[in-house]
Amino acid sequence: MQTNQLLLIFCAALLLLGLLAFFAGRSKATRIRSAGTAMFAQPDQYAWFTVLSTAGPALLVSALGAFVLLLMGANIPTLYLLAASLVVAAIGLLVSLNQVKPDFHARQAMERVIRMILASAALISIFTTFGILFSIISEAVRFFKMHSFWEFITGTTWSPGASFLAAAGRGDGGGAEFGSVPLFAGTFMITAIAMLVAVPVGLLSAIYMSEYAPSKVRTVAKPVLEVLAGIPTVVYGFFAAITVAPLIVTLAGFLGLDASYNNALAPGIVMGIMIIPFISSLSDDVINSVPDTMRQGSLALGMTKGETIRDVVVPAALPGIISASLLGVSRAMGETMIVVMAAGMRPNLTANPLEDMTTVTVRIVAALTGDQEFESAETLSAFALGLVLFAVTLVLNLVSVLMIRRFREKYRVNNL
Amino acid sequence: MSHTFDDISQQLKHRHRKSTRLKWITMGSLGLAGLFLVLFFADMLNKGLPAFQQAYIQVEINYNEEAETDGRQAFDEELIPIISRTMVRVIPMELRNNPDMIGTSTNEWVLATSEVDQYLKGHRSSLSPEERAAIDERVEAGQVDMRFNTTFFTNGDSKIAEYAGILSAVIGTVMTMIVTLAISFPIGVMTAVYLEEFAPDNRFTQAIEININNLAAIPSILFGLLGLAIFINFFGVPRSSPLAGGMTLALMTLPVIIISTRAALRSVPDSIRHAAFGVGCSRWQVVRDHVLPLAMPGIMTGSIIGLAQAMGETAPLIIVGMVAFIPDAGVSFTEAATVMPAQIFTWSGEPEQAFVEKTAGGILVLLTILISLNAFAVVLRKKFERRW
Repeated sequence: MQTNQLLLIFCAALLLLGLLAFFAGRSKATRIRSAGTAMFAQPDQYAWFTVLSTAGPALLVSALGAFVLLLMGANIPTLYLLAASLVVAAIGLLVSLNQVKPDFHARQAMERVIRMILASAALISIFTTFGILFSIISEAVRFFKMHSFWEFITGTTWSPGASFLAAAGRGDGGGAEFGSVPLFAGTFMITAIAMLVAVPVGLLSAIYMSEYAPSKVRTVAKPVLEVLAGIPTVVYGFFAAITVAPLIVTLAGFLGLDASYNNALAPGIVMGIMIIPFISSLSDDVINSVPDTMRQGSLALGMTKGETIRDVVVPAALPGIISASLLGVSRAMGETMIVVMAAGMRPNLTANPLEDMTTVTVRIVAALTGDQEFESAETLSAFALGLVLFAVTLVLNLVSVLMIRRFREKYRVNNL
Repeated sequence: MSHTFDDISQQLKHRHRKSTRLKWITMGSLGLAGLFLVLFFADMLNKGLPAFQQAYIQVEINYNEEAETDGRQAFDEELIPIISRTMVRVIPMELRNNPDMIGTSTNEWVLATSEVDQYLKGHRSSLSPEERAAIDERVEAGQVDMRFNTTFFTNGDSKIAEYAGILSAVIGTVMTMIVTLAISFPIGVMTAVYLEEFAPDNRFTQAIEININNLAAIPSILFGLLGLAIFINFFGVPRSSPLAGGMTLALMTLPVIIISTRAALRSVPDSIRHAAFGVGCSRWQVVRDHVLPLAMPGIMTGSIIGLAQAMGETAPLIIVGMVAFIPDAGVSFTEAATVMPAQIFTWSGEPEQAFVEKTAGGILVLLTILISLNAFAVVLRKKFERRW
C-alpha cells in the first residue's frame, strides 16, 4: 500500500477515535451529573479532555517514530508505526474514559496540556536558530576539512576553479583557492556606499520629521518612507541593474572615467535607498523620546533651534542612532538580490567603486545554484561564507540591541 | 576680549542663519528620499506598462496538405519572420484534430513576434530594414494592432518572449503562501500567547525573547541555507516545491507574526482579564474567549504585513531551487514551482529586450499585489483599532 494512503487511513481512524472519545466522554459525564452528583467540570470539558488524551499520545508516538526513522535510519515499517499509534490512541481513550469521575479536575488537566502545547510552539523559534547554526556549521566544518581555515580567512584569491572535478573523482582539486578576502572587501565596499547614502538621508529625514515637520506632514511622510522598505529586493535589483548602472556608466563617461556595467556603485546606492526607512524610522522614534526638558533647557540658555538639535538632541539620541545604523549595516551585508542582479561575479580586490566587485552573498548564491555535486568544495564553501555572515550579523545585532537598551535605561522610555 | 553690540547681533544673525539652514537641509533630505520613491515608480511604470500591450497581426491562414506536417506552409513566406512561432507550431496539431479543415482558409488575428512588438513600441529590435518597411505597410493597411496582452496573464513561463506569462508564478506564489501561512500563523500566535499570557518571567522566557528578536534580523539568505540543509537534504522535502519554499519562508515570517501578535495582546487592557478571572474563567478560557478575539485585528494586520514580506522574498527561495522553468503550473505542493519574485529574477537574466519589458510588467503586478495587501492591512487596523 502507498504511504499516502496509509497516512490517510491513519488520519481517518484517529478522527473516528477522537469523535468516539468526545461523545463517550460527554455522555458519561452527563450521565453522572444527571444522577445528581456534583462534578468539578462541565461535561464538554470532560469530553475535550478525553479527546486530548486519545489523540495526543498517539500523535506523539507517530511523530517520535517518524523522527527516529529519519534520524537514526532505524527500519520501522510505516504500517507498524501507525498501527502502534492507533493502539496507543485506543489505550488513551480507555484510560481517560475511566478518569471521567466527579472528583477529577478535567479543566485543570486540559489547561496543563494546552500550556505544554503553547510552550512547545515557543520552542520552535529556538529550534530555528539552532537549525540555522547546525546546518551551517556542520557543512562548514566539512569545508574546512578540505581547505584550511587560515587560508579561507586571509587568502586574497577566490577561484573555486576545478574543485568540482575533484568531487567527481577526476582531477586532484589543485588550482582551487578559497581566499575570502576579496569577497569581504566587496561586501564592505558596497555596504559602505549604502551607508553613505542611507545614514545622512535617513538621519536628516528623521530630524526633520521629529523636530520641524507639522504633524500632517509627519503622518504622511512616515508611511510613504515605509513603502521604500516594503519594495521587494528583487525589484530593487532590477532597478539597479537596468536603470542606475547604465546611468552611472554614462555619468562616468562624461567625467572621462571608465566604469563597468557591474560597478559597485549602483547596487550600493540602491541598497542605501532601501535602508533609508530602517534608519529614519528608528532614529525618529529615538529622537522623539529624548525628553523635552533637555530641549527647553537648551533653548532657555539662548541656543538657537539648530544648535539645540545639533548639540543637545542628537548627542542624547546618539546610542539609538548608532543602533539604527548598525541594524542597517547588518541588513546591507546580508542583502542578496540587489547584489546578485547588479554587482559582478568576479572576485576583485580593488578600492575603485566603478569596477565590478562581488560579495559574499553573490558567491553563496552562485555556489548553490551551479550544477556541482553537493559534496564539492565550492558548494560547501557557501556554508563557510554563510557561517561568517551569520557571525558578523549576529554581533552587529547584539551590539545594536545593547545600545538601544542603554538609551532606554538612561531616559526611562518604554516604547522602543 | 570685548564685543560691541554690533558684533554680537552680527553673530546672532549668523547663528540664526545656520539654524534655518539646518531646517532646509533636513527638509531637503526627506524630499530626496521622496524623490527616490517617485523616480523609482516612474521608471517602473515607464518600463512595465508597455508589457500589458501586445502586437497582433491580421493574416490569412491556408490550411493546405503541406501544413499538416510543416505549419509554416499555412502562411505567406514573408509572414514567417514576423508572426509568433507558437502560432506556426499549433497548425499541424489543429489539422490533425480536424482533418476536414484542409483546403479551407481563414483570416485571423495572430500574435506577432516580440521583435515586431518591440519595434512598434519604439524599442530596440533586431528586425531588418525591409522587415520594418513591411510592418509599416501593414500598419498603414490596418493589419497590425496593439491589444491588451491577455497572454501575459493566462500563460506560464516560455522561452518565446511574446508567449511568456506570469500565471504559473502566480499559482506558485499562492501555493507557497498557503504553506507559509498554515505553518507560521498558528505557531506564531501560539508562541506570542505563551510569552504574553502564560510564561513565567524567567531565564528561559528571556532566552526565547532575545532569540526571536535576533531571528528577525538574520539575513534571509541564511534561512535558505537552513531550508537546503535541513528540509531538503535531511528531511527529503522535494526540491523546488512550494512545500520546501513555504516552510523556509514560514520560519522567516514567524518572528514578524510573533512580534506583532505580542504587541496586539499587550494592547488589550488588564481589566478585561481581571473581569474574566473574576467570574471564574481559567487562564486558557480568558485567552480564548476574551483576549484573543479583542486582539484579532492587530494579529491579522501583523500577519498580512508578514505575508506581504514573504511574498516579495527571493533569496531563500533561490537557494531551495524555486527558480525552475515552469510553463504549466500544476496545483500541487510537492511538484516544482516558481514564485513571482523568482520569475522576475529569471526574466531579468534573459538578454532579449522583450524580456526587460516582461520583467518590469511582472514587477508592476507584484507591486500592485503587495501595495494592496499593505493597504488592506492599514484599513483593517484603522477600522478595528480600539483605544482603551
